Amino acid sequence: MKRSVILEELVDRWLVKVSVLVAVYITFRGHNAPGGGFAGGLIVGAAFVLRYLTGRQLTIARRPLQHPSRLVGFGLLLAIVTVITPLAVGATALESHIWKLSIPAIGEVKYVSSTFFDLGVFFVVIGVVLMVLVSLGSEGDRISVDDGRSSQ
Amino acid sequence: MLVLPSVIAAQTNLLSLLVLAHFLVGALMLTVLRRRPVIGAAFGIVVLAAMAISVVVNGVGASSPHTESTDWIPELGFGINFALDGFGVLMALIVSILGAAVLAYSLFYFEHDGTYSRFVGLFMAFAGAMTGVVLASDLFTMFVFWELTSICSFLLIGLNDTSETARKAAVRALLTTGAGGLCLLAAVGGLQVAAGTVSFAELAANSPQGSLVQASAMLILLAAFTKSAQFPFHFWLPGAMAAPTPVSAYLHSATMVKAGVVLLARTSPIFAEIGPWRWWIVLAGGITMILGGVRALGQTDAKLLLAHSTVSQLGLLTILFGIGWGPATYAGVAHLLAHAVFKVGLFLGVGVIDHNIGTRDIRKLGGLRKKMPVTVAALVASALSMAGMIPLFGFATKEKSLVALLDAEVGGVATVALIAVLIGSVFSVAYSVRLIRGLLLPQDDEHAHESAEHHEASAVSKFVLSSPVIVAGAVSLVFGLLASTVGKWLVAPGSSLEQEAVSKLALWPGLNTPFVMSIVVLAVGATVGMTVPLVQKGSAASIGESVFDRVYDSVIGSAKRVTSVAQSGSLPAYVAVVIAIVGAAITVSLVTGGDLPTITRFSESWVQVVIAALTVVFTLGVVKVRLRFTAALLLGGVGFGVAMLFVLHGAPDLALTQLLVETLTIVVFLLAMRRMPRDFSPSSQWAPRSIRVAAAVFIGIAVPLFAANVVASRTESSVSEEYVARSLTEAGGRNVVNVILVDFRGFDTMGEITVLALAAMGVANLVRMASRERRSKTSEGVVS
Repeated sequence: MKRSVILEELVDRWLVKVSVLVAVYITFRGHNAPGGGFAGGLIVGAAFVLRYLTGRQLTIARRPLQHPSRLVGFGLLLAIVTVITPLAVGATALESHIWKLSIPAIGEVKYVSSTFFDLGVFFVVIGVVLMVLVSLGSEGDRISVDDGRSSQ
Repeated sequence: MLVLPSVIAAQTNLLSLLVLAHFLVGALMLTVLRRRPVIGAAFGIVVLAAMAISVVVNGVGASSPHTESTDWIPELGFGINFALDGFGVLMALIVSILGAAVLAYSLFYFEHDGTYSRFVGLFMAFAGAMTGVVLASDLFTMFVFWELTSICSFLLIGLNDTSETARKAAVRALLTTGAGGLCLLAAVGGLQVAAGTVSFAELAANSPQGSLVQASAMLILLAAFTKSAQFPFHFWLPGAMAAPTPVSAYLHSATMVKAGVVLLARTSPIFAEIGPWRWWIVLAGGITMILGGVRALGQTDAKLLLAHSTVSQLGLLTILFGIGWGPATYAGVAHLLAHAVFKVGLFLGVGVIDHNIGTRDIRKLGGLRKKMPVTVAALVASALSMAGMIPLFGFATKEKSLVALLDAEVGGVATVALIAVLIGSVFSVAYSVRLIRGLLLPQDDEHAHESAEHHEASAVSKFVLSSPVIVAGAVSLVFGLLASTVGKWLVAPGSSLEQEAVSKLALWPGLNTPFVMSIVVLAVGATVGMTVPLVQKGSAASIGESVFDRVYDSVIGSAKRVTSVAQSGSLPAYVAVVIAIVGAAITVSLVTGGDLPTITRFSESWVQVVIAALTVVFTLGVVKVRLRFTAALLLGGVGFGVAMLFVLHGAPDLALTQLLVETLTIVVFLLAMRRMPRDFSPSSQWAPRSIRVAAAVFIGIAVPLFAANVVASRTESSVSEEYVARSLTEAGGRNVVNVILVDFRGFDTMGEITVLALAAMGVANLVRMASRERRSKTSEGVVS
């Protein structure tokens, strides 16, 4: 397959990183404007898809990506902890808590506990996309290679 | 030292905490102490000893039973309730003292590897659960701990998880006792509804009546029969001997199998008069006692002989506890104690022999007498107690059972019970004699070399392994000699379940009818035991086992058949089912529903019309093209078109998500399609073209009509209005869509991301399996 070094470098160096930034932004603004963990996760996923399609590999900072399933587990754990933590302080499960902080020069910052839940969704979605990509992509590549060998 | 008891007594829920401590040690053992089993076992022995001490301090000499209760589900009136009456004290002591002894024994019996850690952890969990069963003061509490004992038993039988026999036996035991557990749960429900309570004390006071109570009583019997291996559920217990000897000695002889008996002890004062209770008890117990005895007589493996004898003895205990007659209960408590002592001694002794000379075959035990004279003497004492021989404890308790059944004023059923017990006892004597014969066999030259091959155990381990055996034998003898004292101090308080005054245990009851019966039984039994040759009789698997296996296999088989029909794996078939059901549902609702809404506005802007038209074109393209690749791209186009409509309709969240999902879906499609043919092949079409077109057109028209109908038929105000109103104030977010996802309907999202994760794992594993299959096929091809 013909590979474009420039395109690969561009995607690897910039696109993935910018996408992650955008995704984090989208995730956090989700509570007040269009976005949220699901959309954010999908954006990161899409960035990795692009990375894979240009270079046929899945790398983060030049190291091969391992165990995307751990991202799924981490996300689920984060979500579950957010669901049950209110029980520990006597509230009902999933009850939101709103923190209001006033930071000098920035002003009042409002933070809602359910954002952690959304972050859980964010990680689950990234993990799921990567798992599917690894399974149907890289593993699929390996199958093709095997086929090539056996037919020779 | 005087301070300690008062400190212990001051704790109001000490026993509950100690039960919890059992589980805690068990959990530690399976995690952080996994590599330090000795420390774990030491902790375990400390907890068991603490339990024994606090049971004595709180229970002995108390004017009223010490009670503890912990709320669990107060809305339903369910909690963990304990009451420490006399019977509870005795049983809890048996559980904790024998538990500590068996745990100490196990330290020298097992290699200290991962399996041993698992054993100690499960053993402690089991001991905690069993203590819970004997202390439970209501049926619900008993059910909870009852199920825990079943699970621990399952895991302990299957401790050697590489052995198929052990795994099968574990499954049989679990499913049988588990079915009984379900019966018990049903009885809890039935009694809660019919009598309004599941507390033993309140049930006894109310003496509830009615068909639901009767049904619950029979369910309780079924539960007790499965747990205590009564006919026709007796088959799982001999199989459970696949477990290591300490497990068999403790769970499947001294404690867990007594859970059914404990249940009967708690419930027979309440239900004995109800319906066929007594007949069920006597039939099941009597058949079990005789059947177990007959099968025990045919065994040459000493452990299996003991297993069948346990089944037989449990039959006797079932009759004594279940028949609901004060003196019989008293005899039952005495015999339960006697059985626990001699059976643990015998099992652990067989374990020692197995450990030292590497065989349990009673034909090969010759010469043991010279090698370990004290252990063999103790074993003989225990076996004689099992036979009911004067002057051992077993004689006094067997004698008492006969007296109680002779005097029982419960009608003809007592006579049947007496006859069954007499026949069963003959077999008890016979198999005991057979075991003793094996133990005292003269040295056999043929087998001498086999024992010589086996490694000699160290002196310490030999001593520690043998000591519980020797103690048990000695206790059987001493308790026998001091029968009346034991009766006064241990058995009488232990049978506190009944108010009636009971006659005392005695070593020498005088020359009366039961005594004559005992002598005749001993004589006949000994003759049988001496004459039956020492060969294996009957196959290893019992009828019950094979019936169970057949039922089990047929259930699995029919499940497979149902699955292969319902889950054919054919995508067109799934789609056809979905279309048919959706179509039918929509048709029904359209036909029976009200008038269709009139469409007042065709579109909001011309852009919508253009995008909708484009989407339709894409859709037609998907249907028409032959190449899969093109179809996937066109399908993506349809998705983008829909996303644009969302944007125009003011749903940016939906549109954003839709766009991203579409993008990724196309990629996934394309990746997956590398493995598929380029074209849609006409030969794989599932139904004729006309039918497919008709179905598609029908769904295409029906779904929009249905949607319009649903919107038009709203009578209540939309729930989304409330969400919008509460979004900012209560959940602190202005984007109501997101607030719904992460807050108002957060549980739904939780479920959805879980499903998403499972789906991803499914994809990953399917692909991995496919590639493995391919690889193995490839390598086969190379070989050929």
